[in-house]
Amino acid sequence: MKGYIDEHPILDFKRGKKVKFLFEGKEIEGYEGLPIAAALHAAGVKVLSFSEKHDRPRGFFCAVGKCSSCLMEVDGRPNVMVCMEPLKAGMNVKRQKGQGQNK
Amino acid sequence: MTNVKGQMQDNRTPEFANFDICVIGGGPAGLEAAIVARSLGAKVVIVDDNPVLGGQLIKQTHKFFGSKEHYCGVRGVNIAEILSSEVHAQNIKVLNNATVVGYYDDDIIGVLKEDRLFPVKAKVYIFATGASENMLAFDNADLPGVYGAGAVQTMMNVYGVVPGKRAVVIGSGNIGLIVPYQLLQAGVEVAAIIEIMDKVGGYYVHAAKIKRAAIPIILKHTIIEAQGKDCVEAARISEVGGKYECLLGTEKTIDCDMILIAIGLSPLCELLYHAGCRIDYVPELGGHVPYHTEDMVTTKENVFVCGDLACIEEASTAMLEGKIAGAKAYEALYGRNRKSEEVANQAKHELAVIRSSPFEERILYGLGKLK
Repeated sequence: MKGYIDEHPILDFKRGKKVKFLFEGKEIEGYEGLPIAAALHAAGVKVLSFSEKHDRPRGFFCAVGKCSSCLMEVDGRPNVMVCMEPLKAGMNVKRQKGQGQNK
Repeated sequence: MTNVKGQMQDNRTPEFANFDICVIGGGPAGLEAAIVARSLGAKVVIVDDNPVLGGQLIKQTHKFFGSKEHYCGVRGVNIAEILSSEVHAQNIKVLNNATVVGYYDDDIIGVLKEDRLFPVKAKVYIFATGASENMLAFDNADLPGVYGAGAVQTMMNVYGVVPGKRAVVIGSGNIGLIVPYQLLQAGVEVAAIIEIMDKVGGYYVHAAKIKRAAIPIILKHTIIEAQGKDCVEAARISEVGGKYECLLGTEKTIDCDMILIAIGLSPLCELLYHAGCRIDYVPELGGHVPYHTEDMVTTKENVFVCGDLACIEEASTAMLEGKIAGAKAYEALYGRNRKSEEVANQAKHELAVIRSSPFEERILYGLGKLK
């Protein structure tokens, strides 16, 4: 799949099955079990949210669940740390604005 | 129990209450600590926030060096496998995908796992929470495409995702040298490594690989701006003078879609603050670090630390500190015996050998400040 490393001199990647999920209403494919942020990055999505005051685009920074730069709205739930949250089929992922709201 | 009233789902009896030792963090330090304590006879539980054990080892594709005892010639990813199979072979209880959110009265910790918060109690705690990547302030530093170097390493080496097309790396310490090389292995171009000092920060072996790959290391320069609309499109750098001030007129623009920040790490000591351990500020060790003795015990006699949390160093030293912490935590409960003393003394000896290198002078100086 585009966006993924196919051949690597050292590593052999074991991936889950391909699943479909929604990003901003658009259907995207990703590997099940990978963090949502990784699936989005592979699909070319770098902007994950917008800042509270100045509406600035935000992406991930640490990718290991420490910095909270990657909070998104997943299935109506805000502030999901997508660099840690595993991808499941049919998830509805949206860019979060500011602090996000429960829906 | 204070602080957690109404939050903890079961605040009467801790679900996991019968452990001798609870290790927080399943990286190189925590795993060695758990393995040692268990092999001496203690009942151990490991709490880790990742789906698999190994901490940051799981993204280290390079071979370690040093001596055979320190897994010389073995890649980090394989060390992670060796340590986790040892954990399973010894039947050590592992709570993964679990985050420790607080340290409360009566020495109970709160663990958040799969949307459920529950208490865990052990007689002794070994914290091996590691460190987080430092951020650097420059114009547009919050633009998507500005990543921690370790984050990019995770994306490509753990998840197999192409991180980008062309990278500029800020900092030439070991991470700033290893990650660009790994980017090449993943088929990504590296435009340059930018270093503010007048010499390369990391080990010569790593720098030599970079030289052979013809990646320029631009010394006495720093980043001043990330350019781009929604994502990084270029990095603007400037030469610095003797006081690290930017020299006007020396600015250059390098096209890239990623800026990797590799300027250092900070110990994750929030839980230690919560536990009431004394935290000292020692820049040589990475900033705010929990006070600890050479037995890795903090100002609280039932709380031990090891790894990057105690002092930002390497995985090899983290594993040795883990062994000491594991042995000393066991001794705190059951007293000394020949085996526990042997393990601790051997690890202390090996640690002293590694730290006797001129590269580690700063660490020794920093540890000397913890008095």
